[in-house]
Amino acid sequence: MATDPGIIAKALASACESVRPGSSADAVGGITPSFVASPSSVAEASAVMRAACEHGLAVTARGSGSRLGWGASPRACDLVVDTLGMGQVIEHAVGDLVARVQAGARFGEVASVLAAAGQEIALDVPATSTIGGIIADALAGPRRLRYGSPRDVLIGVTLVRADGTVAHAGGKVVKNVAGYDLGKLLAGSAGTLGLIVEATFRLHPLPAARAWVTAEFLDSEAAAASVAAAANSPLVASAVDVHRARPAGPVSAGVLLEGSAEGVAVRAGRMAGLLSSCAPSALAREPTAAPVAPPWWAPLPPFDDGTLLRVTFWVSALARVLDAIDAAARQTGTSPVVHGSAGAGLLYVTLPGRPGAGPVTRLADIIAAAIPAGRGSVVVVAGEGRSASAIPGAGLMRSVKDQFDPDGRLSPGRIFEREAP
Amino acid sequence: MTASLEGAQGSSPQGLAGLATALARVVGARNVITDPLELRTYECDGLTSHRATPALVVFPATAGQVAAVVGQCAGQGVPFVARGSGTGLSGGAVPREDGVLIVLAKMRSILEVDPVARRAVVEPGVTNLAVSQAAAPFGLFYAPDPSSQVVCSVGGNVAENSGGAHCLKHGFTVNHVLGLEIVTPAGDLVWLGDGTGVPPGPLGYDLLGAFTGSEGTLGIVTKVVVKLTPAPEAVHLVLAGYATLADGGRAVSEIIAAGIVPAAIEMMDALSIEAAEAAVACGYPDNAGAVLLVELDGPAAEVEAELATVREICAAAGATEIRTADDPAQRAAIWKGRKAAFAAVGRLAPAYIVQDGVVPRTALGDVLARISELSQRTGIRVANVFHAGDGNLHPLVLYNDGVPGEAERAEQVSGAILDACIEHGGSITGEHGVGIDKSRYMPKMFTAEDLDTMQLLRCAFDPASLCNPGKVFPTPRLCGEIPGHRRAPHPAVVAGQAEIF
Repeated sequence: MATDPGIIAKALASACESVRPGSSADAVGGITPSFVASPSSVAEASAVMRAACEHGLAVTARGSGSRLGWGASPRACDLVVDTLGMGQVIEHAVGDLVARVQAGARFGEVASVLAAAGQEIALDVPATSTIGGIIADALAGPRRLRYGSPRDVLIGVTLVRADGTVAHAGGKVVKNVAGYDLGKLLAGSAGTLGLIVEATFRLHPLPAARAWVTAEFLDSEAAAASVAAAANSPLVASAVDVHRARPAGPVSAGVLLEGSAEGVAVRAGRMAGLLSSCAPSALAREPTAAPVAPPWWAPLPPFDDGTLLRVTFWVSALARVLDAIDAAARQTGTSPVVHGSAGAGLLYVTLPGRPGAGPVTRLADIIAAAIPAGRGSVVVVAGEGRSASAIPGAGLMRSVKDQFDPDGRLSPGRIFEREAP
Repeated sequence: MTASLEGAQGSSPQGLAGLATALARVVGARNVITDPLELRTYECDGLTSHRATPALVVFPATAGQVAAVVGQCAGQGVPFVARGSGTGLSGGAVPREDGVLIVLAKMRSILEVDPVARRAVVEPGVTNLAVSQAAAPFGLFYAPDPSSQVVCSVGGNVAENSGGAHCLKHGFTVNHVLGLEIVTPAGDLVWLGDGTGVPPGPLGYDLLGAFTGSEGTLGIVTKVVVKLTPAPEAVHLVLAGYATLADGGRAVSEIIAAGIVPAAIEMMDALSIEAAEAAVACGYPDNAGAVLLVELDGPAAEVEAELATVREICAAAGATEIRTADDPAQRAAIWKGRKAAFAAVGRLAPAYIVQDGVVPRTALGDVLARISELSQRTGIRVANVFHAGDGNLHPLVLYNDGVPGEAERAEQVSGAILDACIEHGGSITGEHGVGIDKSRYMPKMFTAEDLDTMQLLRCAFDPASLCNPGKVFPTPRLCGEIPGHRRAPHPAVVAGQAEIF
C-alpha cells in the first residue's frame, strides 16, 4: 500500500457504499486491515476489487470470519472484503432442485428457505457459516461419505478476480461439461484465487426420516472392521463417523441412515445387526438405533483455538491409522481427540491449545508413517506445526496462483506458507 | 518468438522426422507409426465429421514413456493429443496434422482393487466396464456408465467427465475419481490429489477436480484412482407408455416432486421408439407417443416403497401401459430398446447428427415443443431420446447427405436446438464435451471474461499451448509472461523458511 491512505479511502468509497476503517476486531492473523469494505452487489464487489488492484492492496475475503485462523496467516492485509452485505437467496428453482445464492448468505438461513420446499444443500456445516466461506474452505461434515464436499454440490460459480473482472463458470443445470469447472478450483482456495460472490447448488430432497445406529468398540481393530462393513453395506449409509475421546480409549462409531420412515426403521435394525456381528467380542456397548444424533456427532470436532490436524487415508488402513495416533500420543505426551468421517477416509485429530510446533510436527510425522504413499496425507489445518505430507501438485498450484493473482495480493501466504524445508 | 507461437505454427516435416526417431528410442520403433496410410486410420474419433491426419502416432506402454514422449514434444514445440478408445462424440481427440497422437491403448492394466477401501487403481486405457467387472466379485461396481462403456476408456472418461444414464443419482466421473497421476504438458509426472478424494482445501487447490473434464487440454492421465460403490440391494425398472411426451413429462415432474431420486429417468419419442422397435424388436407399447423408463435402486426396504409410488404417479399421469422388472434379464430386455436407439435411428435416414444439450428439467416441455416446431418448419426430422431426470437432451437430427443442402439445413436445426438450450438457461453439452465441434458455441454460453478466466487455468498447466490445442476454446489465450510486479520477498522466504505462494 504505497499511496496516501486518504486517496485509497476515497477510491474505495467511490467503489462501494459501505467502507470503514479497520479495527482490531477485523485483524487477520494479527494484522489490522486499513479498510473494511462490505459490497452489497456483484457490481460493488467488482469495483472494490478493481480499486484494490489499482492501489496494490492486499485483500482478504471474509464471511462469518470464524475460520480465518485456518491455514497460515496472510503476510499482509490492507483490505478486508466482508461478504455479509450479499446475503440473498437469488433463485430457488424447486422443480429443478437448484438454488442460486449470494456468497454472504448464512448457511442456516439458506437451509430454512430450501427446507420450506423440502430440499437441502447436502452439506453438514455450521449454520452461521456463509456460503462463500463454506466453499472457500471446502467445508463438509459427516455426510461427505454420500454427498461429498462443496465441490460435489456446486454447479455454478461467479467470482470477482483480483483485478475486478467478473467471471462465471458452470451454470444452473446439474449436468454440464461446457468449459473448465472453475467451481472445483475455487472450492478450498481459501480466498487466494478470487472473491466468490455467487454460487449455484444442486439440491437434494430432505429425507423423511433419519436414524443413527451407534456402538462402542474396545479397540481400533474392531472399530475399523465395523466402519468398513458399514460403509460398504448396500444399506447405503449417509455417514459413518467415529469419535475417540482419549488415546487407547473406546471408539464410538455412528452410522447415519436416511430415507422413508419405514425404510429407515428396517435398515437401522439390520445395520445394528451388522455392527454387532463384525466384532462381537470387542463391543464396549451394543449397537442401538435412535432418531437423534449422538452427542459427539458434529460437522467438525470442537477445537476452539486449539490445534487441528486432518488425516486422510484408505479405509483399509483405518486400524493402522488409529493405532498410529495412539502411538504418536504416547511419544509426544499429548492427549488428542480423534473424530471424523472414518467411513469416507477422513479423521480430525485435535489437541487442546497450541502445544508448539515440535510436538505437532512429530505427531503428524508418526501418523503419516502409517499411511502408504499415494493413499492419504496428514496436514495441520490450524495451529503451529508442519504438515507431514507434501501436497502433490504444489508446483502446478503455484502456477495457478500466479495466473489468477499475478501481483500476489489475495491473502498472500495463506496457502503453503507453512511448508518449511 | 514464444513457444506458443511455435506450437501454433507447427514444425517442419524435417523436425518431425527427427522427433519420430527420438520417440522410437522411447517406445520402440514398432510403437511409432509414420506410414501415411496407417496414419489415416487415426484421423477422427467417434465424431467423424472432423478429421485430421496426425503427423505421428505413438503407443507408450508406461507412465514413464508417456512422460518421455511429452517431454520430447514439449522440447521441440510440437503439439500433441492424447487418445483413449477414440469414442468421444465432440472431436476432442481429433489429432493435429502438425502433431503427435499419443494413444494409450497399451496401458490397460487394473493395478489394484481394494474391496475394503472400495478403491481401485487403473491405467487410463482400461475400459469403463472392465472396472466394474473387476469389482463385481466383491459386490462393488464403478458407478459412471456412459453408454459406450464396453469400449470407452477410463482415461477418456476423466478427460470428458463422462456421465451416463445413472449419473442422475450416482454422479459423474468427477465424483468418482479420487486421484490422478498425470503427465503435465511440460512432460513431468505429477499426482493430483492425495489419492483419497478428500480435496486439499483450504491448504491447496483441488487440481484433481479442475483437471477432470478438461478434455485433454491440461495433461495426460497415466493412473486413475477410482471409487467403487456397493452394488444396490434391489433394482427395479418401470416402463410406462404415454400418448404424448407432455404426459410422460408430467410423470417425471411428479416423481421429482415426491422427493424420489431414481437412478435413471429416460424418455424416448415416437420416432425413436419406432426405430428401436424395427432394429431390436424391444416390444415397447404399440403406438406410444412416448416411453418413459424409470430405474430405482437402493436398499430393498426403500426401493419397494418408491416403486409403489412411481407406479401410482405414472398411472395418474395417464400411462397407457406400465410394466416393471426386477431381475437382470428382464431389465436388460427393457433397456435394450433405449440402448439401441442411437444406432437404430441411424437406419431411418442416410445420415444423422447426435446433439447433446441440457435444459433445466422444468423447461423440457418448452424446448421439446421448439424442436418439434423447428422440425416442421424445416422438414428435417428429429428423433428425441433424452435423460429426462436431468434435462439432458439427445436429439438425433436426421438428413439425407445425398440431397444437396440438406446437411447444412440439418446443421442449422442442430445449432438452433443448442440456442434453445442456452435461452432456457441450460448448457451446450451435458456429457459429450465441447471438443472441436462446439467451441464455436462457447461464446454464446459464456462471456469473453468467463472464457479468459477459464484459460488462466490452461496457462498455468500449458503455457506453450501444446496439449490438445484448438479444443474447447474458440480463441486461444496467449499466456506469455505474467504481467504485474513483485514486491520485495518476505523475510521468511529469503531465509529459506517458507515458499511464496
